[in-house]
Amino acid sequence: MDFLRPASWEEALAAKAEHPTAVPIAGGTDVMVEINFDHRRPEYLLDLNRIGELREWEVGADTVRLGASVPYTDIMENLRAELPGLALASHTVASPQIRNRGGVGGNLGTASPAGDAHPALLAADCEVEAESVRGSRLIPIDEFYTGVKRNALAPDELIRAVHIKKADGPQQYSKVGTRNAMVIAVCAFGIALHPETRTVRTGIGSAAPTPIRAKAAEEFLNAALEEGGFWDSKKIITPSVAKQFAELASGAANPIDDVRGTANYRRHAVGIMARRTLGWTWESYRGAGRSTEGVA
Amino acid sequence: MRVNFTVNGRPQEADDVWEGESLLYVLRERMGLPGSKNACEQGECGSCTVRLDGVPVCSCLVAAGQVEGREVTTVEGLADYAKHRESAHPGGGCATGACGTSLQDAQQWRAKGQDSQTGEGAELSPIQQAFIDAGAVQCGFCTPGLLVAADELLERNDTPSDADIREALSGNLCRCTGYEKILDAVRLAAARQGEAV
Ligand SMILES: Cc1cc2nc3c(=O)[nH]c(=O)nc-3n(C[C@H](O)[C@H](O)[C@H](O)COP(=O)(O)OP(=O)(O)OC[C@H]3O[C@@H](n4cnc5c(N)ncnc54)[C@H](O)[C@@H]3O)c2cc1C
Ligand code: FES
Ligand code: FES
Repeated sequence: MDFLRPASWEEALAAKAEHPTAVPIAGGTDVMVEINFDHRRPEYLLDLNRIGELREWEVGADTVRLGASVPYTDIMENLRAELPGLALASHTVASPQIRNRGGVGGNLGTASPAGDAHPALLAADCEVEAESVRGSRLIPIDEFYTGVKRNALAPDELIRAVHIKKADGPQQYSKVGTRNAMVIAVCAFGIALHPETRTVRTGIGSAAPTPIRAKAAEEFLNAALEEGGFWDSKKIITPSVAKQFAELASGAANPIDDVRGTANYRRHAVGIMARRTLGWTWESYRGAGRSTEGVA
Repeated sequence: MRVNFTVNGRPQEADDVWEGESLLYVLRERMGLPGSKNACEQGECGSCTVRLDGVPVCSCLVAAGQVEGREVTTVEGLADYAKHRESAHPGGGCATGACGTSLQDAQQWRAKGQDSQTGEGAELSPIQQAFIDAGAVQCGFCTPGLLVAADELLERNDTPSDADIREALSGNLCRCTGYEKILDAVRLAAARQGEAV
């Protein structure tokens, strides 16, 4: 095994181009488990810790450009107003020690259906900035997850950052697990209200081969809110609408039975989380109008 | 490969390090510092918790090569670390080499003193003393990681609520105590810290 320690982003891209099989290591909270347990023996490890800009973020007019290695702890502490859904999701990851190391770049690299960043990213809407010596491109999040633990990165590409839409309305994240800390999601649900475009977006975790959006549920709800004039009137959402939204969200799930839960339970729980998170976000939309702070 | 990094305030060098090796392995097997415990090697238990540039991390999940040029504080250096935080250099850092715990001292560290039951006469950080006084140590396997995590909590939060304590220690598993006495110990250390100022 070789340990490559690029001191700059350019060096990292050059190293990845030269050794496309090199495994990038950021926080190491996925990679080191695999190495410790002998599940993976990469020829090259490509350390990203020395590249300072990967741990930085820029808040722009419409988006936050979040460096790939910004630890979850920083997201929770500094970006709660701009990225409330992701901040809530970050808080549910593992433990302080893991959140101090792990970040969204690693979550996207692993692309596990259970990764907590994914439902929040899908709901908020974002693009993944992938770069190689050949150039840089923005991958829409809807095209990023290509299969179980597979993503759209080319072998010579690295994730530089994620461009996430700043919240223009309330967002929520809900996760089912056996306790509060140190739990891989049995299933999870993210929701973001986008009053500016009068749309609602969602993300489902651990209930399909990849993280997914509940598209039919979104379309139904968007139409129902529009028709009923809910965005302007800020009326309580009709229970039958919320119920239908929950059922469609549940139907979007395509889960499996595994040690953490059964497929049936997951489908059921996704529906419950969809209804609850819609209720919570709609309440804050009605109340503070543009309050984007979630409740943990 | 060779890795140069600072351990408990002193520059150290580890040789013949395998590229996939963890920081935990380097500390325990190459530097002779078995204070950080190895229980799961997958980030679940927190018994390997150390501070990397001041930040609590699971040393089993840090690749050795990633600590090149960086600062690591282990439980063996905790007493000295706490002492220097409080008194020696208010507001300022320690110059590398001047303070800190030498490798030899760290290797020989024991809660010895005159009485290992009470900690009397031993060099202990306030959190270590509080763990002894509150009876928060049973088999002791989880203790080093908890000490490092709890010490960091008290460094940034003088008056932690019970929720703060639970949150800060949520990555550390203990199979013996049922946690109540551990919570007592952290409350005790916080109260003593409050009295001292
Ligand atoms: C005890 C424990 C509990 C956990 N609990 C959770 C949880 O509750 N929720 C959750 O979502 N995850 C959890 N995880 C998994 C892990 O912490 C997350 O997936 C985390 O986001 C990984 O980030 P990292 O920086 O540590 O990734 P690394 O381990 O460094 O890398 C992960 C993958 O991404 C690739 N990669 C990293 N950076 C880049 C980049 N810039 N460009 C391209 N590829 C890159 C790596 O090559 C690797 O394939 C847990 C892990 C542990 C050990
Ligand atoms: S040994 Fe590192 S967390 Fe358990
Ligand atoms: S005292 Fe035995 S594991 Fe905590």
